Amino acid sequence: MKPAILLGAAMLACAAAVAAVEQRPGPQPSAPQTSSPQTPASQASAPAAEERLEVPPPPFTDGIFPCSACHKDLKVNRARRELVEMHTEIELKHDAEHRWCLDCHDANDRDHLHLASGELVSFDESYRLCGQCHGEKLRDWRAGVHGRRTGDWNGHKRYLLCANCHNPHQPRFKAIEPKPAPQRPARPGK
Amino acid sequence: MATNDGSPVPARTRPVTRRQFATCAAAAAAGFVLTACGPKRLYEMPRARLTQAIRDMEARYAAQYGTTVSVSDAPPIAGVEFAYALDISRCIGCRRCVYACVDENNQSRDSQVHWIRVFSMEKGKGVDFTEADPYYAPAEVPEEGHFYVPVACQQCKNAPCTKVCPTGATWTEPDGIVVIDYDWCIGCRYCMAACPYGARHFNWSEPTIPKAALNTNTHYLGNRPRPKGVVEKCTFCIQRTRNGRYPACVEVCPVGARKFGNLLDPASEIRYIIEHKRVMVLKEDLNTLPKFFYFYAT
Ligand code: HEC
Ligand code: HEC
Ligand code: HEC
Ligand code: HEC
Repeated sequence: MKPAILLGAAMLACAAAVAAVEQRPGPQPSAPQTSSPQTPASQASAPAAEERLEVPPPPFTDGIFPCSACHKDLKVNRARRELVEMHTEIELKHDAEHRWCLDCHDANDRDHLHLASGELVSFDESYRLCGQCHGEKLRDWRAGVHGRRTGDWNGHKRYLLCANCHNPHQPRFKAIEPKPAPQRPARPGK
Repeated sequence: MATNDGSPVPARTRPVTRRQFATCAAAAAAGFVLTACGPKRLYEMPRARLTQAIRDMEARYAAQYGTTVSVSDAPPIAGVEFAYALDISRCIGCRRCVYACVDENNQSRDSQVHWIRVFSMEKGKGVDFTEADPYYAPAEVPEEGHFYVPVACQQCKNAPCTKVCPTGATWTEPDGIVVIDYDWCIGCRYCMAACPYGARHFNWSEPTIPKAALNTNTHYLGNRPRPKGVVEKCTFCIQRTRNGRYPACVEVCPVGARKFGNLLDPASEIRYIIEHKRVMVLKEDLNTLPKFFYFYAT
């Protein structure tokens, strides 16, 4: 009988001690720090909307840019037609019934794109063009939610251009080969 | 543990009485319970000893892998609580994340310890793990009529795994990362049984990592090489994220489905997602309070 009571009492004492430990205020460990202190999170700031975003170079085919290398000597042909002399690999599958090359590319300055307003936009800001029709996607993209950002979650971030993932002429994302599946666990007797 | 103050341990000559035995048993039980809930291993060490322990560890790894390995003990950042969000409407099940994670976090290659598992599910059936297939292997993804749910540690706020650990080897850090101290893990695998997400993995054999493939940038509570017989899991890439960087899986995802940030920062992508998108957690009814969210951007 006695030992049982003793054990019970000891356990109660333990429970109390445990509770005391658990009630210790504040975040648990006061970590001994052998490495340099971290920058406080409050330094993380949202990039201002007008700030120039860091993007990779536009994913041009080698040698195609500057476009003006050829186009400065070519007459502009605004007719919707099948291209036969050049750019034959480009097949427009992007709202094609309503769209033609020169809705996006500027007829007189081939090294730039243009917005509906006529404002010229360089290829490293092509997202502004896309954003005219895909405003919600552009908003999500800026917030880091559509597309992808790399770098520091609390500091400097790099963006991917829409064109890094979507071919502007055929924007549907292409299917890709998956990496290998994990092995099934070996089951004894099977 | 042996006493190292040199005091002689008195030889026990008299037979043990029942009372003495009971007292000892109670004390042992108390000690057991206290170790499970008490101060945490890594932080229990005085700073000088921790520095030494880490230096020894680095030397051991250097000898084993023939290269310089750095083991960081970077602490949580004040004002930061990490959270993750994954866009189910984007994920195409390509498994790039699985292998980027293996490389970044020094997971055993032969025994295929994969911290991330990707489940293929049928559209129309919704998120249902009973019919999910992790072994899908078509020529191309996404497959018609399928969607994909990658699962790793959900970094639960109310984590069942840490509560069952008998040695206090796993706990939740102030920045929300559930960590494991491999030096205190005894491999009992209670935590694996407690985890409703199958997110913890056991090293049944000595882990194999080709020397050239070792990621030498490691953290004490994260991707440092593990011995046989311990449990491991996703740590939100603690070696990267406590340094301000994004986790490896976020940076490798070709469709940009993986999002990471500070839950306490209103400007983070995580907060944007919670405020603007349809968000859910896995097995919400278990009240584990995951800090890994799934969302639908469209
Ligand atoms: C929706 C807007 C849009 C339309 C319509 C469009 N383009 Fe483009 N095009 C772009 C953008 C944006 C890029 C830049 C891609 C990049 O960053 O590499 C581009 C790139 C190009 C390039 C360079 C491709 C390469 O190989 O690097 C050529 C050539 C081109 N467009 C020609 C055309 C032609 C010809 C048409 C009509 C058949 C056309 N584009 C229609 C937006 C458009
Ligand atoms: C090697 C020379 C060359 C380069 C470089 C070149 N183009 Fe062209 N491009 C042509 C020719 C030639 C045509 C006329 C094709 C036809 O009519 O079949 C043409 C036609 C076009 C058209 C159709 C409208 C029109 O004016 O005829 C667009 C749009 C266009 N190019 C955009 C671009 C863009 C954008 C770039 C740079 C990214 C570029 N091109 C670079 C030679 C070139
Ligand atoms: C002038 C308006 C306009 C511009 C500019 C524009 N788009 Fe589109 N886009 C559309 C329309 C309309 C559709 C839907 C019709 C379709 O799918 O063809 C569409 C569809 C898409 C789709 C879905 C395709 C699919 O098959 O699922 C993507 C992705 C896309 N656009 C990306 C872009 C990108 C990237 C840019 C910038 C290079 C861009 N768009 C510029 C009008 C535009
Ligand atoms: C990291 C790669 C990536 C980047 C960068 C990216 N997207 Fe997408 N986007 C995708 C994927 C993946 C899908 C879904 C597959 C699809 O429908 O083609 C998608 C879908 C879309 C769609 C189709 C609608 C939908 O929700 O499915 C539009 C429109 C679109 N993106 C526009 C944009 C625009 C505009 C930008 C730049 C501001 C952009 N994307 C940047 C990967 C990307």
